[in-house]
Amino acid sequence: MSEDDERATDLSGGGIVSSNRTRCCGGSVASDCPSQFPDQVLENVLENVLLFLTSRRERNTVSLVCKSWYRLEKQTRSELFIGNCYAVSPRRAIERFQKILSLVLKGKPRFADFNLVPLNWGAHFTPWVTAMAEAYPWLEKVYLKRMSVTDEDLALLAQSFPGFKELVLVCCDGFGTSGLALVASKCRQLRVLDLIDDDVMDDEVDWISCFPETGTCLESLIFDCVECPVNFDALEQLVARSSSLRKLRLNRHVSIGQLHRLMVQAPQLTHLGTGSFSSAGDPAQGDQELDLISDFAASKSLICLSGFRDILLDYLPAIHPVCANLTSLNFSYASINAEQLKPVICHCHKLQTFWVLDSVCDEGLQAVAATCKDLRELRVFPMNPSEDSDSPVSEVGLLAISEGCRQLRSILYFCQQMTNAAVVAMSKNCPDLVVFRLCIMGRHLPDHLTGQPMDEGFGAIVMNCNKLTRLAVSGLLTDKAFSYIGKYGKLVRTLSVAFAGDGDMGLRYVLEGCPKLQKLEIRDSPFGDSALFSGLHHYYKMRFLWMSSCQLSRSGCKEIAQRMPRLVVEVIRDRVEEEMDDAVEKLYMYPSLEGPRDDAPKFVTIL
Amino acid sequence: MESTVTYDSELNLKATELRLGLPGRDEYEKQTPPIVRSNKRASSDSAEESRLKSNSSVSDAGNGDRETAPAAKAQVVGWPPIRSYRKNNFQPKKTESESVGIYVKVSMDGAPYLRKIDLKVYQGYPELLKALETMFKFTIEREGYNGSEFAPTYEDKDGDWMLVGDVPWDMFISSCKRLRIMKGSEARGLGCSV
Repeated sequence: MSEDDERATDLSGGGIVSSNRTRCCGGSVASDCPSQFPDQVLENVLENVLLFLTSRRERNTVSLVCKSWYRLEKQTRSELFIGNCYAVSPRRAIERFQKILSLVLKGKPRFADFNLVPLNWGAHFTPWVTAMAEAYPWLEKVYLKRMSVTDEDLALLAQSFPGFKELVLVCCDGFGTSGLALVASKCRQLRVLDLIDDDVMDDEVDWISCFPETGTCLESLIFDCVECPVNFDALEQLVARSSSLRKLRLNRHVSIGQLHRLMVQAPQLTHLGTGSFSSAGDPAQGDQELDLISDFAASKSLICLSGFRDILLDYLPAIHPVCANLTSLNFSYASINAEQLKPVICHCHKLQTFWVLDSVCDEGLQAVAATCKDLRELRVFPMNPSEDSDSPVSEVGLLAISEGCRQLRSILYFCQQMTNAAVVAMSKNCPDLVVFRLCIMGRHLPDHLTGQPMDEGFGAIVMNCNKLTRLAVSGLLTDKAFSYIGKYGKLVRTLSVAFAGDGDMGLRYVLEGCPKLQKLEIRDSPFGDSALFSGLHHYYKMRFLWMSSCQLSRSGCKEIAQRMPRLVVEVIRDRVEEEMDDAVEKLYMYPSLEGPRDDAPKFVTIL
Repeated sequence: MESTVTYDSELNLKATELRLGLPGRDEYEKQTPPIVRSNKRASSDSAEESRLKSNSSVSDAGNGDRETAPAAKAQVVGWPPIRSYRKNNFQPKKTESESVGIYVKVSMDGAPYLRKIDLKVYQGYPELLKALETMFKFTIEREGYNGSEFAPTYEDKDGDWMLVGDVPWDMFISSCKRLRIMKGSEARGLGCSV
């Protein structure tokens, strides 16, 4: 499960790989006299030490020490992380780092997930894969998030890297099953093929049959987002000949009878996505339930369970044998109520990650709180994602979770009503929170008991949760909330704001107060040009700023662009024909070493 | 002159009404306005409204916003922030007897791939057209496809190729065998759309 997660090694830095400045340290390492014995020893030592240094932030720091350290660092870096694909060009990255084995590349702004970014905006993988095909023949791993990837890109990837091992695509689009077929057939060393929340086109190609016939190296195969059916017999044979397989997440076209057949082949799985968990398409069988129970009983290594896309509730008890070992459970596609959840959750003592629908109600969350004492991450999604539906979860559920799950680090909670008191309680009960995302779905809704804005609740979160790095706010919020964020949110790196604030001061508080801010996304809030100017000292340290439906003007944005030459300021229109008046509907700006990109579509104007 | 009674009457005058433009348009104007590409005014208006309300008075906001939605639900683009594949997944649990989807292939002239879609997922033409635009990354002129580079067409039960939108929606989904997005010049021969 990686919906919008940062990976373990993603420690989040600025978009630019590292600063251009290098300083020479006073008289120590003489990089121009390699024949001097002590210096050579020092270099060798450093080079060996650097092999162990994987954190990119630390490597960036090392590269700033002096020229020879810069040189050694760039020779030994094997993982390239690029948080914004437009911050640096492929050519520049390749010039600096010559021995890259692994690439992490992120593209579109996150609000693209919610249809706020028009199609064909950019983030094309093509220039990257083209450049790397020549420069990095030993490339092993590619991780892409929110990139546009074509079948041709996948074809080039498949044929250019003989040692290719891992492909992870998250929230990508532009490719189809033909591209997957090429990867499956040509990447003979492939260990990981993870497709997570992608939009995969159905080219009617049987890609599952394309994996090597004599046995595969596959350790992880995740395709639950692929909407088209796969050839099941081929899948069964694939699993049978993939003895290293540990992670398998099936799509919704795999029935429960088929799941049984696969589980028989792969009792060693650690991560399982069950597919539909319904029997549509299965021949009628009486003992399917018993089969399934024994399958789960035999899955001694299973720690992560997801799927349940069309859940047949009668079969839910079959998973009981694995519950006590589960550390991660994803029910976010299963509409189950509290009574159906309780018999399952009461066994899940080791659960650390839990994703669920609000159909379980406050009562279901109370059951979670009663058992899952080690819970670290909770996500509660709405069954009915609209503003005026009744939400079965409220401040009651939030409070219960905060009281039962003191180890909580990360929460995403959708609801229709909330109180400051519950949020304050959570801030005190769960001081280790790193991610707090609360979405009160009705816009501008106050505390439903007191009628007050939600300022105090969010204020308490930033005040009491000293490790907080990610915050998403909602509900009725005045500038006071932002003054709290600016005053106390000293570690906040990502902030999401929607329908909040009174005026420019709100944004100013944040830009002036939060030194670690890197990703700021704002929509439908009354912030104007003067607020934007208050962040000039900080924009070069950020990965991006997104502002839509605020009160920005073209002239204001143009001035920002002029004053900050290494900032790319994009004004995005929804239709090309729209009048170019002074109001800016969508602003996306980011620091870049390359200047304006040359692949901008017509509806993007770079100021 | 139309009377609301005709919706339920056996004559179903509404369905056979001769009119210009896409059938069912009236009904759909009341529903969720399409996102991003078309009908931009609707979404920006509702965003305007909510902004004005929030600026006027803090205490009002709680009540004021409830009235933003008239008989229609004036939904805002991208809110609540849920990815679309999650929204599509939430349907009431289907029993075995309930409908299976109506899957048809969709191809587009000049595109190397084709797709399959489930017509049952869409409530009417506006949604279908929007989905096709998203899938193949192009735009369709809504009124009569004039001036449009591409026009959506379909093959019906009799093997004839028709312009999408010529017949009432229900008739369309029961007779459509496949879809093809033709180049505008070819499609013009298919029927009058002005």
